[in-house]
Amino acid sequence: MNDRKPLGQQIPMETAATNRSKKGNAKPAKLSREVQARLGQQLRAMYDEVVNEGVPDRFNDLVNRIDGGNKDRQ
Amino acid sequence: MDESVRKAVLAAVPSLRAFAISLCGNVDRADDLVQETLLRALANIDSFQPGTNMSAWLFTILRNHFRSEYRKRRREVEDGEGHYADTLKSQPEQIGQVEFREFREALAQLPSDQREALVLVGASGFSYEEAANICECAVGTIKSRVNRARTRLAELMGIESADEFGPDQQTRAVMASGE
Repeated sequence: MNDRKPLGQQIPMETAATNRSKKGNAKPAKLSREVQARLGQQLRAMYDEVVNEGVPDRFNDLVNRIDGGNKDRQ
Repeated sequence: MDESVRKAVLAAVPSLRAFAISLCGNVDRADDLVQETLLRALANIDSFQPGTNMSAWLFTILRNHFRSEYRKRRREVEDGEGHYADTLKSQPEQIGQVEFREFREALAQLPSDQREALVLVGASGFSYEEAANICECAVGTIKSRVNRARTRLAELMGIESADEFGPDQQTRAVMASGE
């Protein structure tokens, strides 16, 4: 009961309004699996470029410095 | 600070940076945002519940801080989101340069709520539920934003089928067929 709300309640106002306003327009063609996969690949490639840079020194130093400061106080 | 907590915080930093860049569109500002996020998080580390997802907790703090502070400043700074394209040193080898540039430019044109949802689910690896918690909205809203983001990206890039991804796709097909 608690985890199954009527559909209307699950859709926030914003979404419901958007869907209504789009009625009448042709629904956008659903993207093929291949296109979705390709977009996903590009997105991850871009993201992973940054992830692969690892943890820059400034953040290592920051966390260790704060950690050290906390230990001193204790 | 507990050693496991310290490690979990540091482990989340690379992905936090990538998310921050997708929000700010600029590496320097993104790194400042990450720094401020870490300072806030570590000052409030007692409110982190052990056993829950450290990464999701940090993403939530970063996003909230971005929305309260950085969005106001965005218009004052001339270089906008479009410059995400310039922030990366090189494009991944498996994707053609032109196609990858088109992708980044299209991504930068998405409404920020759509881009954020797409990045959290499609790149950061969060579930729809986790992304909804981070963005403080309903799961259905995240799903809808991700779908709209994908459709809009394809529109902006002029893609209707996978064949239109350009010569790379053909090259890969040839390679896949073993020639």
